[in-house]
Amino acid sequence: MVAKRIIPCLDVKGGRTVKGINFVGLRDVGDPIELGRRYSDEGADELVFLDISATQEERGTFASLVSRIAENISIPFTVGGGISSIDDAARLLDAGADKVSVNSAAIRNPELIDSIASRYGSQFIVIAIDARQVDGRWLATTHGGTRPSDKELFSWAKEAQDRGAGELLFTSMDHDGTRAGYPLETYARLADELSIPVIASGGAGNIAHIAEVLTTGRADAALAASIFHSGEIPIPELKKELLKCKIPVRI
Amino acid sequence: MIAIVDYSTGNIRSVINALGRIGAKDVVLTSDPALIASAERVILPGVGDASESMAALKASGLDECVKALKQPVLGICVGMQLMCRHSEEGDVDCMGIFDCDVRRFVPQPGLKIPHMGWNSIADLRTPLFDGIPEGAFVYYVHSYRPDLCADTICRTDHGGEFSGALSHGNFYGTQFHPEKSGSIGEIILRNFIEKAL
Repeated sequence: MVAKRIIPCLDVKGGRTVKGINFVGLRDVGDPIELGRRYSDEGADELVFLDISATQEERGTFASLVSRIAENISIPFTVGGGISSIDDAARLLDAGADKVSVNSAAIRNPELIDSIASRYGSQFIVIAIDARQVDGRWLATTHGGTRPSDKELFSWAKEAQDRGAGELLFTSMDHDGTRAGYPLETYARLADELSIPVIASGGAGNIAHIAEVLTTGRADAALAASIFHSGEIPIPELKKELLKCKIPVRI
Repeated sequence: MIAIVDYSTGNIRSVINALGRIGAKDVVLTSDPALIASAERVILPGVGDASESMAALKASGLDECVKALKQPVLGICVGMQLMCRHSEEGDVDCMGIFDCDVRRFVPQPGLKIPHMGWNSIADLRTPLFDGIPEGAFVYYVHSYRPDLCADTICRTDHGGEFSGALSHGNFYGTQFHPEKSGSIGEIILRNFIEKAL
């Protein structure tokens, strides 16, 4: 049986991680490679590196960082942030990324999914959707949740799958940062309607929330940032608790 | 010297990186049959479509070169599938080293295809798995998988069991990606390089 995955997400700017990260005994917490290795040793199943660079110069730094990550990390890793063309994706693949995640650019230009998938395979492209509820409908947003779009979550997710996306990373902007848990019914419906794996992101405040989204929400993986970075929920402890709930995880 | 067979397929870099992490020396990426034949170990990587990969291998004459090798050879993912008899992907005849066919996962309710992520391996045989506990997790990404057969040296279940790895004489193959399977994968690669196979 395929194990449920636990995925830490690192925000990177100009080659350094930017969120406060609190690993015991690690003095310099800004090096993404060191942190990636640390998470990998702790049992993370995959890593996501999100480029939040604001300038071209910082973006260039990110690409060279990806190749150093690839040399040093023995688990799959995904890179995302600012990928808007097949050339962007190709550069990251050449640098050694296992997958790219696309978000705003795919909403602007859905064919981007087809072209990346047909050239590099579905396993290489993750569709990331940030959505919020408006009058009872889930609508996708762009630019980190700041701009609304006309794409409805379920139909857009299905379209992305049909165009060749290999995984869905769904974040509820209504739950992100609340630490109050995930919209479980929404995740369960996505699992029902899609055949590709669904990664849950945004909203977890404790271990029980993660357990719920992997069972009731039927998500295949849970991605989080601050609860791991703060040291609040160490991954080994999280996995031990998930196993107690009979959730299959890799130990 | 460890030769990685270069036939214009993807995924070569992650294999080279993994060999670097375990301290392997003298790794050469090559399509030269004489150099491949002279290596102590040969790795046949692969990602993508089996029929296109088989065509690329044949076009460079490397299929005959690989079949004739006497030293330990490790096929990874599609590289391993090309060492089976036949693949449903593109309905292509392969090298026929392993005594089984490669078929697509049969869709069934709740079964995710591609099979992507960490899954456990069981019934481990041969020194390739020395030091690996039964039930260890390895990383898979694929939609086609080799049947169980007499050459099976580990099994994985995803809507039914299939060969997670195969061996026949000096030939070995893993459907999973040891180069992406954390410390377990590194032990498997080190076994391939260092053990008498």
